[in-house]
Amino acid sequence: MSEFRYLPMTEEDQQEMLQTIGVDQLEDLFADVPDDVKFQGQLEIEPALHETALMKEMNRLAGRNVNIKDYPSFLGAGVYEHYIPSVVNHMLLRSEFFTAYTPYQPEISQGELQGIFEFQTMICELTGMDIANSSMYDGPTALTEAAMMSCGVNKKKEILVSRAVHPESLEVLKTNAAGQNLHVIEVEEKDGLTDMDDLEAKYSENTACVVMQYPNFFGQLEDLERAETTAHQSKSHFIVSSNPLSLGILQPPGEFGADVVVGDAQPFGIPTQLGGPHCGYFAVTKKLMRKVPGRLVGQTTDENGERGFVLTLQAREQHIRRDKATSNICSNQALNALAASITMSALGKYGLEEVAEQNLQKAHYAAGVLQDAGFELETDKLFFNEFVVRLDTPAAEVNERLMEKGFIGGLDLGRFYENRRHDMLLAVTELRTKEEIDAFASALEESV
Amino acid sequence: MTTNGQPLIFEYSREGRRGHSLPELDIDKKDDLLPAALRRKKKADLPQVSELQLVRHYTALSRRNHGVDSGFYPLGSCTMKYNPKVNEDVARLPGFAHLHPYQPEGQIQGALELMYKLQRSLEAVTGMDQVTLQPAAGAHGEWTGLMLIRAFHEANGDTGRTKVIVPDSAHGTNPASAVVAGFEAVTVRSTEEGLVDLDHLRELTGDDTAALMLTNPNTLGLFERQITEMADIIHGAGGKLYYDGANSNAILGMTRPGDMGFDVVHLNLHKTFTTPHGGGGPGSGPVGVKQDLVPYLPAPVVQEKEGTFFFNWDFPASIGRVKPYYGNFGINVRAYTYIRTMGPEGLRQVSRQAVLNANYMLRRLEPYFDAPYKQHCKHEFVLSGSRQKKLGVRTLDMAKRLLDFGYHPPTIYFPINVEECLMIEPTETESKETLDEFCDAMIQIAKEAEDTPEVVQEAPHHTVLGRLDETTAARKPVLRYEKQEAVTT
Repeated sequence: MSEFRYLPMTEEDQQEMLQTIGVDQLEDLFADVPDDVKFQGQLEIEPALHETALMKEMNRLAGRNVNIKDYPSFLGAGVYEHYIPSVVNHMLLRSEFFTAYTPYQPEISQGELQGIFEFQTMICELTGMDIANSSMYDGPTALTEAAMMSCGVNKKKEILVSRAVHPESLEVLKTNAAGQNLHVIEVEEKDGLTDMDDLEAKYSENTACVVMQYPNFFGQLEDLERAETTAHQSKSHFIVSSNPLSLGILQPPGEFGADVVVGDAQPFGIPTQLGGPHCGYFAVTKKLMRKVPGRLVGQTTDENGERGFVLTLQAREQHIRRDKATSNICSNQALNALAASITMSALGKYGLEEVAEQNLQKAHYAAGVLQDAGFELETDKLFFNEFVVRLDTPAAEVNERLMEKGFIGGLDLGRFYENRRHDMLLAVTELRTKEEIDAFASALEESV
Repeated sequence: MTTNGQPLIFEYSREGRRGHSLPELDIDKKDDLLPAALRRKKKADLPQVSELQLVRHYTALSRRNHGVDSGFYPLGSCTMKYNPKVNEDVARLPGFAHLHPYQPEGQIQGALELMYKLQRSLEAVTGMDQVTLQPAAGAHGEWTGLMLIRAFHEANGDTGRTKVIVPDSAHGTNPASAVVAGFEAVTVRSTEEGLVDLDHLRELTGDDTAALMLTNPNTLGLFERQITEMADIIHGAGGKLYYDGANSNAILGMTRPGDMGFDVVHLNLHKTFTTPHGGGGPGSGPVGVKQDLVPYLPAPVVQEKEGTFFFNWDFPASIGRVKPYYGNFGINVRAYTYIRTMGPEGLRQVSRQAVLNANYMLRRLEPYFDAPYKQHCKHEFVLSGSRQKKLGVRTLDMAKRLLDFGYHPPTIYFPINVEECLMIEPTETESKETLDEFCDAMIQIAKEAEDTPEVVQEAPHHTVLGRLDETTAARKPVLRYEKQEAVTT
């Protein structure tokens, strides 16, 4: 009998199969593996566990972590804790979705294809753009792909990017740009906002694109109007990375003339899970439709005139174009895109606006409470659900003390900026109650 | 166009319905927090549906989708094996699902321990010295690996290595990744036996060779027997060997890329290590390297000291970050759960049985279809539909006909060097009965191609939709729903 529940082959099956093949033993099927590269002995991995012991071990590992459901958390910085309607997980566990692959055979993949088509529509609605793809790995890689696309389309090599975008986005962008011999030029940040004078000074004929984040990494709302004017002085693209939840109340970048809007749909129904997997989105104007990386789903009809959906405009992609493809992206984050769609549908037209409004209100309430307690903020206006508080003590130390008091503090900005060791980036979502915010403010007072 | 099949979620929407239950705002609302110019003018027109409508809609969509749980899914090179349920349970434990990437190391020791042990397990499986868990998917891993090779050559002042050699049978991502990493992709031919043409490889290899990318077993399902000779050719010229791990399901515990001479490996955890494909993602594509490439890895990697786990950020020569945070942790949790379920002997059995299943199917089907390669296959094999094509039945038709039997068809028209190709990968989690039933269906279709070709040509007959018009979809793209204005009569 098989020792493993995932392996159905019996001794008898094996004998019959070997006989059909015409070999005496299974080893014969590996005769083409040269002896000097055959692996001898046993792989150095831990022994197999039966299901009960497995769960015990996994619970042990999970139990060694402090999770954000057990303590009120004020961490954000690109990854947010939000309300996830219970239905989301139930629908995601429909195994027809999660055990399927890329919908290569549309006749038996209509569920996935339609789900993505609906996702594309919702992203267009939120961002104010014409076209959205089926999703990307995450926000930072979506931003990077956008910049790469611009360099390709505009046949230029300079990427002008604000230092107020997420520092990890900036790092990913630089790694990619190095691969393609493109130049990343950073625009200075001042008090948590892009230095617009510096942007204007650095913009040139060689600029392929201007990249901004909105709300930016420090939570603040940039002057998109001014940035757009600069970005469109000559043939270059205006790329905006946006937290899609904020677009429930903010005028979307599409309305400010963005050519590309990217970001991460993680705030919609996707758990934080230590930073991945999340769900990048990628939206463009109609003009850039045929330049978009990744999968696109389009509507069509079947031979009886019935509406259906297919992967389309595939001539852009690696499996057709190989070394002429505009990107090497093969997969998307379909299941997470589905989670985002289900969440956006559950929230709906008014619910999404309400969540966004609550984030705005709660973050400002928290900022006010901290100001009243005597804390200095980087700014007390024009931010969405995050803001920077300036402390007398290094933020890393404060976070340790906060944990002792039962709070997961905000991001120590010293992690990314030498001169910001006393700055803490706080995120306040709809999940933080007034009580928690007030208690946090007191705890912070005692921790500095 | 008729739309009575399955409405879009937007078409259920009615003003005033809701599917959520938000907390009340427990503070006084202020109206002056945003200037009017920044406030959204027109609401995003998202659907308004009740919770049951939402559930019915997505349940209906799921019923119009075929997954591994629905039935056999022998999609070649994709390793559509069973995705264990317990993996999903583990990934949803709050201690894994609800961690924030910026929590201090002291708060996430369990997660770090898991990542460390997964790194070590994958190092053991591949024979590599250090694994990074950062890449998000296979193609992302390929590109990361090539960037590492590029950094290695550049650090040695070896800047003339501009070419990456890729076999004609390679996955499309290989040449695309090479280009995105700043290389020129050069194609090496396969022989009639389906293996890399060594003479051609020697011709192409020189002091401009940065790397050879190879899948072994290759996409034809054949083991590249001359792998050590190939390694010698490439290494002799100063190049590096890249292992595309898409086909690792054939080799677990049987042979290791590190022992074959490869310098860099990526693994697709969503293939070999049972994490779900999710309809196209998310996946995870860890990369393993030999010692001389370690300095260039993206930081951080997880290390251990006296029972404490920590991120090592000290990679001054690093190519830089390829993904935010620490990779697709949620997927990596599932893969580690699987590795702990199987253990070393279980993983070895996986590959042995995957290979046995594929060879069994090959031998059952070869009387009815052209089998271009005679050697034993590994975990997958290719057939050619050229015999059926002469009867007016294309491989696409046969694939569509398989849908009527409740199967997901094999990969078709890939690899591109086989005419009317069908690429079949059964995996080890399928029973002999399933393999037999599928073979019987294939044999029936081969007979239909002779006797009643129209039955195959007009397939599918039993799916929710017939064949879809992909030409119009591409020519006049409709990529989003537009609300129809009410028609007054």
